[in-house]
Amino acid sequence: MTAVVEARGVGKVFGRDADAVEALKDIDLLLSPGDFASLIGPSGCGKSTLLRLIGDLAVPSAGELTVNGKTPGQARLDRDYGMVFQSATLLDWRTVKKNVELPLEIMGFESASRAAKANEMLSLVQLERFASHFPWQLSGGMQQRVAIARALAFNPSILLMDEPFGALDEMTRELMQQEVLRIWEETATTVIFVTHSIPEAVFLSTRVLVMSPRPGRIGEEVTIDLPIRRDEDTREAPRYFELITEVREALRRGDRSEA
Amino acid sequence: MATRGMSRATRSGLSIIAVIVVFVALWEGYKLVWTALELTWPVRPDNRTVPHTWDIVGALFQPAQRNGPPLLWVELKAAFLTLREALVGFLIGGIVGFGLGVLFVRSATAERAFMPYVVASQTVPIIAIAPMVVVWGGRLAVPQWLTVSIIAAYLTFFPVVINTVRGLRSPEATSMELMRSYASTPGETLWKVQVPAALPYIFTALKVSAAASVIGAIVGELPAGFRGGLGRDLLQFSQQFTAAPQKLFAAVIIAGLAGIAFVGSVTLAEHRFVASARRQT
Amino acid sequence: MTERDDIIHESHETSVVTAFEGSATVGLLGQSAIRRFTGRYTPAVLAFLTVILVWEGLTRLFAVQSFILPKPSEIMASFIETSSTIWGVGLNTLIEAASGFLLGTTLAVATSLAAARWVGLREGMLPMAVALNATPIAALAPIFNNWFGLTNPFSKIGVVAVVVYFPVMINTTRGLLEVDPAELELMRSVAAPPTEVMRRVQIPSALPYFFASMKVATALSLIAAIIAEYFGGPQDVLGQYIVNRAQLFQFPDAWAAILVASLIGMAFYALILLAERVFMPWHVSMRRRE
Repeated sequence: MTAVVEARGVGKVFGRDADAVEALKDIDLLLSPGDFASLIGPSGCGKSTLLRLIGDLAVPSAGELTVNGKTPGQARLDRDYGMVFQSATLLDWRTVKKNVELPLEIMGFESASRAAKANEMLSLVQLERFASHFPWQLSGGMQQRVAIARALAFNPSILLMDEPFGALDEMTRELMQQEVLRIWEETATTVIFVTHSIPEAVFLSTRVLVMSPRPGRIGEEVTIDLPIRRDEDTREAPRYFELITEVREALRRGDRSEA
Repeated sequence: MATRGMSRATRSGLSIIAVIVVFVALWEGYKLVWTALELTWPVRPDNRTVPHTWDIVGALFQPAQRNGPPLLWVELKAAFLTLREALVGFLIGGIVGFGLGVLFVRSATAERAFMPYVVASQTVPIIAIAPMVVVWGGRLAVPQWLTVSIIAAYLTFFPVVINTVRGLRSPEATSMELMRSYASTPGETLWKVQVPAALPYIFTALKVSAAASVIGAIVGELPAGFRGGLGRDLLQFSQQFTAAPQKLFAAVIIAGLAGIAFVGSVTLAEHRFVASARRQT
Repeated sequence: MTERDDIIHESHETSVVTAFEGSATVGLLGQSAIRRFTGRYTPAVLAFLTVILVWEGLTRLFAVQSFILPKPSEIMASFIETSSTIWGVGLNTLIEAASGFLLGTTLAVATSLAAARWVGLREGMLPMAVALNATPIAALAPIFNNWFGLTNPFSKIGVVAVVVYFPVMINTTRGLLEVDPAELELMRSVAAPPTEVMRRVQIPSALPYFFASMKVATALSLIAAIIAEYFGGPQDVLGQYIVNRAQLFQFPDAWAAILVASLIGMAFYALILLAERVFMPWHVSMRRRE
């Protein structure tokens, strides 16, 4: 079973000489298929940078990084992953449905199968009724759901999510978290999720990777042993709160060691 | 006035009618009041200098020359001729400008080398030198309509280049990263994301260029003996002003409408290609 | 989303601003700025010199007659020889243009303030202004010539004023209206009367739009003056000079005069840039670009 993501000694430096900023250092990581891994840490710890390295939107300065056993570049060319950013980034001149079809158009699917797939994805995120609407007619949460539908349209094995719910209010956030778990289960993808909300990380993940501030390192890992099926009751379970405390303390330890 | 319930189109239509009514009222009012008070500054209110509005409109339906077709018809034909010249140049300038804009976005060197000229070209008052360019063209045995088209192309080309570049660069960085994550080719990124984002900018430039092209065409017709165009008629009626002032006013009105029609068509095209998706309630 | 429709030539003037700002900041900064400046502009300067040299070379090589394409050297020679004449006519035209510019701008600002204050006025005037802006306003020239007399400079000044009026009025009104709603709410919370709101919030907010339209207006005023001159009038103006030279096929002279027109236009524009720096030192576009 090939690891989905394998990192050894990965580092990333921005800028040169006196202006150089070491965003990441000595990242070692092994993610297995079906994981839901959250990257959490204080601002500037490099979690988004790490995600972007995995997605080949930036190149590591040091170390080895493989995705599905290939280079991130190859994985990108093979369309192994879908990405969801903090802002939905829908094209505002396209309808919701056409937005979901965008990657399919690029990947050369023909019209009929594109339409079918888009409908399927919109059903998955429960927005079929809005297929002919335009992005500006949808709320923030709905736009993000469209972004997720789009990211999954071509059945990638990996889903990269960079603080996708950061701009949403608490209630919408919790609903969206539930949605993501359902989608994860139905599509059997591996999810790498960046967040700075501890409850969110604990609620969603199977593993929480705690990062320390610049230069970013993966300090500790907290395995989330909550049952796979999670719902509103989970949010009130004692084990949930214990895990939140564990992650919080891990974050503090990471902070202190850099102080 | 309770205008809430009306659609935007109705309201615009009404406001246009209102403005015309106000304008006619001011015009006739000026004549009335100034005549009564026997004032002559800034303009004499007599029927020679300031004809009655109805005389002006009436002149449109009378023959321009003895036994000739009505003035309206003659001027519409002239407008058609003038606009045709402008249109050809406008289209060519727009297409070439767009192409150059795409080139500049793809090649930073090309942009750095040539963009300052694109910008500096705006300082050369081409509309102003249109007659000279036409004379020059005539000397080179270039047909007048072609020279005027070239002028229109020049007027359109540069604003379109600048706005195309701006528009092609307008999409958010995340949109571009998204396309990268799909391993999309530069061509696909161009047509699927950058060009649609650029359309509003390009149409802004086109609307301005359309208006400029019309003026350029009219002015370009001034020096040569180009019969049948708006510029020539304006000059001619200006000379006939003392005999028949209404003809000049009528011709000016037609020229104005020609400009509005040209720009209006571009605006309609804009609505077709751009505004539908972006109209915010 | 901002309405780009009526902000005329916005992108164009930003690029020109960049070009001018680059040259302005060189004097103020040190070595690295000069290096950056030359680095950025070298390809352009090289391209320009190449074009001039190739132009000169080819026209000499093929003995192209000056009525087909004048040589740069001929144009320069004419420029120097006829210097006093063309600057003289240039000045006359500039006076017409500047007077019309002032008149038109003043009327435009007055109307804008009124339109911003009273919604009814605005809804009536703005669509009409946008429509009229699309008309070949210079076609008014023959009417003004007949009304005010061919030799009366006001016949040209009037055309310039009308040409300048519309874009300045449209853009300034837009600027007065596109105020940050948060600022308006702030004013409301301290019970500020409308005149205060106008003074403290709307006018400062409108200044960038105003200056943007002023920059466009400088070019327009010069062009309008020249075009108005074509419809007849005294001979000692740029428009008449250019056309006369052209009709005599003295193209180097005509081009030299056009060069003068461009230079005057640039100077006029630079004047407005200066005014902008004085009145809006805080604005984003005034900050030093990296």
